[in-house]
Formats: sequence, C-alpha cells, structure tokens
Amino acid sequence: MAYSPKVIDHYENPRNVGSFDKDDPQVGTGVVGAPECGDVMKLQIKVNPETGVIEDAKFKTFGCGSAIASSSLATEWMKGKTLHEAEEIKNTDIVQELSLPPVKIHCSVLAEDAIKAAVHDYEEKAGIHHHEEASA
Amino acid sequence: MPVKLPIYLDHNATTPMDPRVLEAMTPYFIEHFGNASSRNHAFGWAAEDAVDKARGQVASLIGASPKEIIWTSGSTESNNLAIKGVAEMYAQKGKHIVSAVHEHKATLDPIKRLQRDGYEVTWLEPNKDGIIYAEQVREAIRDDTVLVTIMWANNELGTINEIPEIGAVCKDKGVTFHTEATQWVGKMPTDVEAAGIDLLSATGHKMYGPKGCGFLYVRRRRPRVRVAPLIDGGGHERGMRSGTLNVTGIVGVGAAAELCEKEMSDDAIRLGQLKTRLEEGITSKLDMAVINGHPTKRLPHTTNISFPYVEGESLMMAIKEIAVSSGSACTSASLEPSYVLKALGLGDELAHSSIRFGLGRITTEEEIDYTIDKVVHNVSKLLELSPLWEMVQEGIDLETVQWGAH
Repeated sequence: MAYSPKVIDHYENPRNVGSFDKDDPQVGTGVVGAPECGDVMKLQIKVNPETGVIEDAKFKTFGCGSAIASSSLATEWMKGKTLHEAEEIKNTDIVQELSLPPVKIHCSVLAEDAIKAAVHDYEEKAGIHHHEEASA
Repeated sequence: MPVKLPIYLDHNATTPMDPRVLEAMTPYFIEHFGNASSRNHAFGWAAEDAVDKARGQVASLIGASPKEIIWTSGSTESNNLAIKGVAEMYAQKGKHIVSAVHEHKATLDPIKRLQRDGYEVTWLEPNKDGIIYAEQVREAIRDDTVLVTIMWANNELGTINEIPEIGAVCKDKGVTFHTEATQWVGKMPTDVEAAGIDLLSATGHKMYGPKGCGFLYVRRRRPRVRVAPLIDGGGHERGMRSGTLNVTGIVGVGAAAELCEKEMSDDAIRLGQLKTRLEEGITSKLDMAVINGHPTKRLPHTTNISFPYVEGESLMMAIKEIAVSSGSACTSASLEPSYVLKALGLGDELAHSSIRFGLGRITTEEEIDYTIDKVVHNVSKLLELSPLWEMVQEGIDLETVQWGAH
C-alpha cells in the first residue's frame, strides 16, 4: 500500500494525541467504529461555552495509517472552529487533503462520524437543543 | 556495524535461493538444454540424468524412493493433483474428505471445488493451540472417506500437527493420507514411511530452491496410491503430470534438497535460538503481546505474535523496513482478519494485529535485535494512540462495550 506523503506525515507525527476528562462539561467525546472492523476512533473537543468555539481537540485511534491520519487531520481542522463549522467538515475534504485511495475512504467517513459524535455529545451535555439530524 | 535494511523475516512466504543451488542449475540453461524426454540422443540423456539425480536427492530428503517423486510447478499444483486426483481415482469408494479449517488456501479451494461437485467434507477445527490431533481425525473418518488431508506445519502459525499419529490412524482405517508439507520439508526431518504418508506436497522455493518447481510424493508400495492426472499430454511422470520437464528448476530443487538434508539440523538449532531471543525480547518488554499457537509444538524458525489493541496495518507501516507478514489480510486490501487466527478463537482485536516472523538461513542475531527494538518502540507508540488500550487501562472490558455499527 503506497501512502501519500501527508498520510505518512500525520502517521509519523500525529497531532493532538491524547485525552480530555470526558466528564468535564466543556468536553465533547465521540467514539466511533468497532474493533472487529479494524478501526476505532475517539475524538474529543474542548468548547468555550461563551463563544461555542472549539478551543482544543484530541484524538486516539486504533486503525490503519489512513485512519490515524484522518483523525489527526480532523483535530487540526476542528480547532478554532465553531461547533456548527466543525459539523460542516465533510469526509470528502479529508479524502482530498490526504489523497486517500478508494479502499481507505471509510477512514474519512469514520472521522466525519467522530466529529459529529463529539459535537453531539457536547451539545447534549450543554443542553443545546439540536434539530433531528440523520445520525445513522 | 549497523544492520543492512530492509531485513527479510518472511521466510514462510519464500526463501532466497542458495547460491550453490544457482550454481548447480546454471549448466542446464544453455549447455545441457536437452528435453529429458528425448530418449535417443545425448542432449536428452544429459537432461534425464540430471532429473534422475534430483529425484534421488528429493527422495532422500523425505525417505522415499525416487520413483515416488512427481515433479510439479509447486505445492499448489501438488495439492490440486493429490486432492482432485485421489477424489477422482477413488470415487467408487466414496465421496467423503477430512481436512481442517485452517489449512492453506491451496488445500481449501480444491476441496471446496469437490464440495460443489457433491463431495462431503468434515472440516476439523483446532483449539487455541492450533494443532489438529490424531483423535480428531479418527473420529471424523467414515466408511466412505476417500482422503484425509492435513498439513504438516501451519504456514501462518508454524504449529505442527500430529502427523505421524494421523498417518497411523489413516493406515489403521485404510484411508489415503495426504499432507501439505510446504513449510516442513527441508526444515525438519521427514520420513514418509515412519509418518504413514501416502501423498506429500512440497516446493523448492521454501527451501532455498527456485520458484515454479515442486513435487508430489505418491506412494508406490503398501499400498500403491494412484491419482488421476490434472494435466494430460505426453504421459510424463508416469502419466500423472504431462508436460516437458522443467529441468533447470528440477535440478535446483534437487540441489536445494541435498543442502537442506545436510544443513537443516544446524539451521534448526540456530534459528530456534534466534526465535526464542525474538519472542523473549518482545514479550519481556510488551506485557500484552501474545504468542499464538502451541508454545512448543512449532517450527523452530516461525513465530506468530499478536499485539492486542494495536492495529496490524499501522504496525506494518511502522516497521516497514522489516519484511514480515501481517496476520491480518488488511494489507491485501481485504479488511478480513486472518481465517487461521480466527480458527484459534482469537478475538477480532487480536486477529487484527498479528505478525508472522519467519526466520531463515540468512537471518542474523543483529537483525533480530534490531527487530526487537523496532517492534517494541512502535507498538509502545501505537498503544499510546490506541483508544482500546486506554479503555483497558481504565478497567473497561472491551467485550461489554456497545460498538457502533460501521
């Protein structure tokens, strides 16, 4: 499997590895994937409750190099964005940025799911009403 | 002195050819190019002599008679010839075959084709140690069983099945016994008589010989075993495998067999020590690492280690200058964990992160030490990245987690 230079860079120097306290009201946590599928991503955001801006993000990923790179990139992109802006990040943007091959597109889908799950988790904790969205 | 990269630790996939084998083969490309079937001139005789010599070298390695060696293109063809050939030849006797779920694909797929043609198959399952025992075979044999086919040593695990005992059971029951011995022959002492084997598949390129040439041992006495050919034509190889003989390849397999017979006991001792060094070096620094399969009934040069909570492909990427095989088939673009490891009942998170290390004649202690350091460093790094490892550290049982659909 030939990886793109950007995937290799994120894999070798993953950004924002780590965890926040998931019970912190400022923190939203999204865990997606399953071990039997070969990918589990945990994405966490720390949100400023005044501004709704994501001030920090961290991840841990069990998965291939592309999965690690997708989640590493997601944390970089989320920082400084509002919750709404973060939810606008599409898996296709990740595919493009990392030049993922077709067999690795599921990694980007998982990263998008993780972003949404982390945002939802924060909003639920913060009591922010969220219109029903297809979350399947 | 720094080790030369990349390091080759995938000798179960293929071995480099021994230079002495190439030397033996060289004259037969141009100088002695004859067709071994040309009975009426010196060119043919030279080729035939070379083929006969090689037949003797291979026969000696496995305790057979030279007439019992049928040259093929390799183990896959040998397996096909043995399995389909016996099924066709003995179809009158019955249509039942006994094999195991974690055999090589080159055994599974010919049997599955027969299954589509109406054969019934009993698929034996190993327990966690990966071994197929003679008692399992005895219980599976029926009156209409025509063939038992069980590999000698497993290609992914290196585990050794109860081969002489299975041979004895088959003799006792009067059932033809085939063993795919690709990983065994040339590495470990082989005696088809003592092991009660009727048919044995092996290939040159797993024992420092050339690719594209292997053989099938077909017993001629007590009892005489017959196989229907897959390839019809000029009636070569006693009618069992037509086609002009691959003289250069055959000479190479013969030379490789002779070298193995001389050197395999020293190789086995040296590689066994290096394998122990590798296993201890890794497991002493990584508590979570698990050696798969039976602790002692394994080939001296093969080990398969699982790294739970670390994904296989990312680990392969991290140690890319070490040529190994991932127990997970992820690298071949299918995301299924290895069926061999699944057969051992390993959880999927284990199966997703297993590496087979295959040592060989060229392996050095420096290479093993480099490999230990590289694996330990990168697995530790990936554990830091792993949400599964974090959960386990927090005392969460991963089996109880509701994972999302994906």
